Amino acid sequence: MNSFPIVVIGAGPAGLSAAIEAAKAGAKVLVIDENLKPGGQLFKQIHKFFGSRVHKAGVRGMDIGRQLLEETKNLGIEVWLDTEVCGIDQTKNIWAIRNKDTSVNIRAEKVIVASGATENAVRFPGWTLPGVMGAGAAQTMINTNHVLPGKKILMVGSGNVGVIVSYQLLQAGAEVVGIIEAAPQLGGYGVHTAKVRRAGVPFYTAHTIKRAMGDHCVAGAEIVGLDAGWNPIPGTEKVLKIDTICLATGLTPLTELAWIAGCEFTYIPELGGHVPIHDLHMESTVKGIYIAGDISGVEEASTAMEEGRLAGISAAADLGCYTAEEKRKRTLEIWDHLNALRCGQFGQKRRDAKDRILAVGKEMISWAVHV
Amino acid sequence: MGSPCLKTVGAPSLEELRNSPAFPKSEDFMRGPIAVIECIEEIPCNPCETSCRKGAIVIGDPITNLPRIDFEKCIGCGICVAACPGLAIYIKDYTYSDEEARISFPYEYLPLPQKGDVVQLIGRTGEMVCSGTVIGMQNSRQNDRTTIVTVAYPKNFFDEVISMKRIKNKS
Ligand SMILES: Cc1cc2nc3c(=O)[nH]c(=O)nc-3n(C[C@H](O)[C@H](O)[C@H](O)COP(=O)(O)OP(=O)(O)OC[C@H]3O[C@@H](n4cnc5c(N)ncnc54)[C@H](O)[C@@H]3O)c2cc1C
Ligand code: SF4
Ligand code: SF4
Repeated sequence: MNSFPIVVIGAGPAGLSAAIEAAKAGAKVLVIDENLKPGGQLFKQIHKFFGSRVHKAGVRGMDIGRQLLEETKNLGIEVWLDTEVCGIDQTKNIWAIRNKDTSVNIRAEKVIVASGATENAVRFPGWTLPGVMGAGAAQTMINTNHVLPGKKILMVGSGNVGVIVSYQLLQAGAEVVGIIEAAPQLGGYGVHTAKVRRAGVPFYTAHTIKRAMGDHCVAGAEIVGLDAGWNPIPGTEKVLKIDTICLATGLTPLTELAWIAGCEFTYIPELGGHVPIHDLHMESTVKGIYIAGDISGVEEASTAMEEGRLAGISAAADLGCYTAEEKRKRTLEIWDHLNALRCGQFGQKRRDAKDRILAVGKEMISWAVHV
Repeated sequence: MGSPCLKTVGAPSLEELRNSPAFPKSEDFMRGPIAVIECIEEIPCNPCETSCRKGAIVIGDPITNLPRIDFEKCIGCGICVAACPGLAIYIKDYTYSDEEARISFPYEYLPLPQKGDVVQLIGRTGEMVCSGTVIGMQNSRQNDRTTIVTVAYPKNFFDEVISMKRIKNKS
C-alpha cells in the first residue's frame, strides 16, 4: 500500500498551488491527475490573465502553468499522471487506476480535492451531431492539440469563456459567424467582447439556438429571438451557415469524489450548483478532506490558486508543519487577496455566494478555528 | 446598467467612452502621443497601472476601480498597450503631421503586416473606416507576443479608427 501524508487530487492551478504550499512547509505530497500532462485548464489559456501583479496578471495562463510546474519540480513533489482517482472513503483511503490498467490504493492522512469543473451542455434538436462541442473542448483542440474544429463557428453563450474562446478561434484561423446570448445583455467582460466585436463578430443578445441542421454533421444552425419571458418569438428565426457549434453555457463543479468521501453539500446556483461545504481553511465537513478551486464553486484560475494555497497551508499545518500562528497569518493574507478578487460588479456576486458557503460551514464544521 | 452599447453590441460607443474617467478630451489629444484606455467596466485588473513607469495610470484600491490617467505624465511610450490583457489600450497622436494622425494598437493575429503595407483600418464594431500605412512594428520581449502595430492615417477619421482588419491567411 502506498502511503502519503498529503494527497492532492487534480493538478490544475488549485491542486498545484496546494501542493507547493504544503511542500514548502516540509510536508511530503503526492499529486494525482488523470491527464498525461499536469496543469489542468492552464495550458490552453494562451491569453494574458486579469488580476493584479500578485495574481500574475498580464501573464499568459500557459506561462503561469509553466511557473507552477517548475516550482513543483524544484520542490521535489511527486506527480502521478494518467492516474484517475475513482474513490475515496472516509478514512481517506484512495482508490485510483494508473495508466488505465493498474488499480492502486493510497493511504493519505490529508486529502485535497482540486478536481475542477465540467462543461454544461444545452440540448436542442441536432445537439448530438458531430460538430457540436463544448467551448472548452474547442479550446483544447486549438491550443493544446493545434487542430481547428471547424471553419465557421457559432458560439452559444457570451460569458468570458465564450468570448475568450471565440477570440482564440479567430487567432487559430476560424471565422466566428456569431455569438448568441439568451439574456438581453452580454455576460463577459466588456474588454473581451470589444476584442471580438472589432474583429467583426456579431453578437445576438436575447437569442437562443433552435436547432442544429445537417444529416451527418453540423451544416447550419437556426437561431431565434427571445422575448422578455425567454420565449421564442415566432418569425424571428434566422439560419446561419456554420459547421461548428460551441457551447459556452456554464460549468458545474466536478464534485463526485467529495460526494463519495461523505462531504456535506450546499446548493449555490451562482457558483455552478452543488458545492461541498467548507470553512475558511477550505476544509470540508469531513475532517482532513479539503477542497480548492472550481470544485468549491466555479470561478477563475486566480481564485483557484489562492484557494489551493489556503488548502495546502491548512493541510500542512494540521500535520504540524506550520505553527498555528503561521497558519493564521498566511490564511488572513490569502483572504485579503481573495476578497480583492471578489469585488466589483462581477466579483461581488461570487463573494456573497462564497460568504453563504462559509456561513453554513461555520454551523456545520465544529472543529473549525475561526481566524 | 451604465453601458447599453457595450453590453449589447459588444463594443463601447464613443459616447460611453467619453463618459468614462480615462477617455481623453480633445485638448488632451493636442499634446502629442497619449494612451487611450477603452476600459469602462469595473473588473478586477490593474496591469496598466503597474506597467506604467511614469505613474500616469491610477487604479488604486479596490482593484476594480476604473483606470484614470494623467495626461501630464503620459509620454505615449506604449508599455501599457502590451501589458493590458484586455487589449483595451492604444496610443494615438493627433499631432503626427498636418494631414495624418498616428495610432499604435495591439495586434495578436498572424500573419503580421509589414512596414510600408497599406492596411484597412477599422472601428469599434469592425466596420471599415479608411486605409493607412504601417510605419512601425514593435514586438520586444516585454510585449510577450503582443505585437504593437503603428499606422499613419488621415486625420479626419481620427476618432473612429481603433485597429486594423485582420489579414486573411491565403490558405
Ligand atoms: C474555456 C475556459 C476558459 C477559461 N479562461 C480563464 C481565464 O481567462 N482566466 C482565468 O483566470 N480563468 C479562466 N478559466 C477558468 C480556469 O481555467 C479555472 O477556474 C481553473 O482552471 C480552475 O482550476 P482548478 O485547479 O480548480 O481546476 P482544473 O484546472 O480544471 O484542474 C483540475 C484537474 O483535476 C483533474 N481531475 C479531475 N478529476 C480527477 C480524478 N478523479 N482523478 C484524477 N484527476 C482528476 C482534471 O483532469 C484536471 O486536470 C477558464 C475556464 C475554461 C473552461
Ligand atoms: S503610454 Fe507609457 S507613459 Fe503613457 S500611460 Fe502608457 S505606459 Fe504610461
Ligand atoms: S490592464 Fe487593461 S483591462 Fe486591465 S484594467 Fe487596465 S485597461 Fe482595463
